[in-house]
Amino acid sequence: MPSVDDSRSAGEAAPVQDKPRHKPSRAPRTAMPERNAAERATDFDEVALGYTEEQARAEAARCLQCKNATCIAGCPVNIDIKSFIGHIIDGEYADGVAVLKERNALPAICGRVCPQEEQCEAVCVLAKKGEPVAIGRLERWLGDFDLACELDGRCKPEIGEPTGLRCAIVGSGPAGLACAGELARMGHEVTVFESLHATGGVLTYGIPEFRLPKHIVEAEIDSLSQMGVKIECDVVVGASVTVDELFSEEGFDAVFIGSGAGLPVFMGIPGENLNGVYSANEFLTRVNLMRAYEFPTSDTPVWRGRKVAVVGGGNVAMDSARTALRLGADEVFLVYRRTEDEMPARREEVHHAREEGVEFKMLCSPTEIVGHEGFVTGITATRMELGEPDSSGRRAPVCVMDSEFTIDCDTVIMAVGTRANPLLANAAPDLELSHRGYILTDEDGATSKPGVFAGGDIVTGAATVILAMGAGKKSAIAMDRYLRER
Amino acid sequence: MFPIIHKRQLSESVFELGVQAPRIARKVRAGQFLIVRTGEGGERVPFTFSDWSAEEGWVRFIFMRVGKTSHELSHLEVGDSLADVVGPLGVPTHVEDVGRIAVIGGGVGAAVAYPVARAMVDAGNEVTVVLGARNEDLLILREEFEALALKELIVVTDDGSAGEKGLVTAPLKRMSEAGALDHAMAIGPAIMMKFCAATAKEHGVPCTVSLNPIMVDGTGMCGACRVSVDGETKFGCVDGPDFDGWTVDFEELMSRQRVYVDDERVADADYSRGCSCHQ
Repeated sequence: MPSVDDSRSAGEAAPVQDKPRHKPSRAPRTAMPERNAAERATDFDEVALGYTEEQARAEAARCLQCKNATCIAGCPVNIDIKSFIGHIIDGEYADGVAVLKERNALPAICGRVCPQEEQCEAVCVLAKKGEPVAIGRLERWLGDFDLACELDGRCKPEIGEPTGLRCAIVGSGPAGLACAGELARMGHEVTVFESLHATGGVLTYGIPEFRLPKHIVEAEIDSLSQMGVKIECDVVVGASVTVDELFSEEGFDAVFIGSGAGLPVFMGIPGENLNGVYSANEFLTRVNLMRAYEFPTSDTPVWRGRKVAVVGGGNVAMDSARTALRLGADEVFLVYRRTEDEMPARREEVHHAREEGVEFKMLCSPTEIVGHEGFVTGITATRMELGEPDSSGRRAPVCVMDSEFTIDCDTVIMAVGTRANPLLANAAPDLELSHRGYILTDEDGATSKPGVFAGGDIVTGAATVILAMGAGKKSAIAMDRYLRER
Repeated sequence: MFPIIHKRQLSESVFELGVQAPRIARKVRAGQFLIVRTGEGGERVPFTFSDWSAEEGWVRFIFMRVGKTSHELSHLEVGDSLADVVGPLGVPTHVEDVGRIAVIGGGVGAAVAYPVARAMVDAGNEVTVVLGARNEDLLILREEFEALALKELIVVTDDGSAGEKGLVTAPLKRMSEAGALDHAMAIGPAIMMKFCAATAKEHGVPCTVSLNPIMVDGTGMCGACRVSVDGETKFGCVDGPDFDGWTVDFEELMSRQRVYVDDERVADADYSRGCSCHQ
């Protein structure tokens, strides 16, 4: 948490006064303080420590406060970035928080996990000639500033007149939480249904503690509860109650589905059901949600491999590899069929993983997982080379003939993607789906079923936290319109 | 929180708990399961429903005291609560009038066999139940089965302390050989289901089994419960728990059930230091 002298709590506004013209600093981008790799790779505490007030002020001072602030359009939820940075420059932190919260109910989370380098920071004017303003780090700093305040001292967005209308949200992940926050602000009565025993969706079961501490997720969700959002865990919509029953028996007026892209994908190669082969979802769920790293104090065990191979090149693969290291593995390999340049993971995550000792085995594609007496002993893989660009624009990997080799390992973690969970859709046959099982919606998130909206991974397939939040917000606006025009 | 409103000890190590869970009780059908978590730090454990009442809003499940969580559960009393109860999960048992059915329940599997047999009777089938256990003390729900309109209840124990001595496959074989069966349902330990499915297959009798792989979330998210059926990978939680016993790879299932045996011993030892029933 940042320490600041500002005696005002985040909820209060600063007095209006004439400000001196801002003169941008020409200092280089302020580095993020981090724990050193050797130390952090042995525990689950957060890696990036966050700016101090001094560092935040120094970084904010680099902002040009452009007349035409291109960064705002680079943000999927159009946060008024220029304005919140302006408030940091002026030391008006509570006002900065208020600006963030106008557009984003979960700034401390987004400040940590958004790929800013591809969004707001990519279009920062400073990025043309040098390094962009560290917008994400500043967002995190303000988000943490807000969370460091007592619950009732935190910035609480203004809540509209109660409408008496009831909205049900399916799933308490980023899409659901963003939608819930928005609807609550509009004065609607909101209940979020979560199938697991804990809230947060992928923020809780997927993203590890060392990248997104769970107390931050809980604190952000507490802020939503403060706004009147009710959350009910242990309710599996589609099993415990159907979407139709939410309307007919539980009296809801509109429903938002943000259930996520749930089912893990495997490669379909021999040996995938050997003991020691995990989906990244299972491995991360055991460790993050069930806290297997505290076993036997917590009850859920996890297979702690000495030599772990993680298959994949996305953020989930990086999270899995870094988690395996922290569980005590001697060696962790990242097996990816293209090269580092094509990896979909954030550069920062790739860098962190390498720094902590994850060994990259690029241009290898597993063909079989081999084992002995039911347990994994290795992966057989083929060497690949890059050919012509494929439909994704990335150069497609092509097998090198007769290049099979074996990687010795006792654990394999498959981080090769997810597909739609059919559980909810099966119970709502009138919900139109894509051929891959994702829910079809219009631009505003309306589904084929009147009063039912959807957003996030269950519509787009696996994407980012901020895109899911953007979809949740957009749907909230459409739901509000639907409810008022009904 | 889910209040416990019923507790019954069925044998030395087998217990039944009932909890108030109106939303779940309204939805349950035979063959489905629930996931239970006792409290902070607890694991998510699947149990198949043994009974329920939609009107009164409760559900029940039966478990054997083996590891840490089941020990904790066995110490709970009416008036205590469970932190989490989730369900109903899984695809319900396919119930239709197929004619002459044998429902085989082995050990704690009898808890699942009971609502399945009841549903099969209600659907108009001629139902024979084979109830098996290692010995008389471990036989459960005998009276409940006797109260159903069955064609016959056959009790089998390994040591002959109740009913006929031997394995549940013996009566299944007799019925199959006599051509007196259109379908078999086997619910119990993996090894029992394996031999039931093999016996039924030998005589061309279709055999459904209710699998019990290790699970975490129980909603399809993690894939811990992967089973190979007819050469394809299925998820026990969302594609099952019922599968065609002829084509299940039971060796793989049994191997996968043993992954955490050492960890379970560690957890149990850690727990038993403070547990009265371990002293």
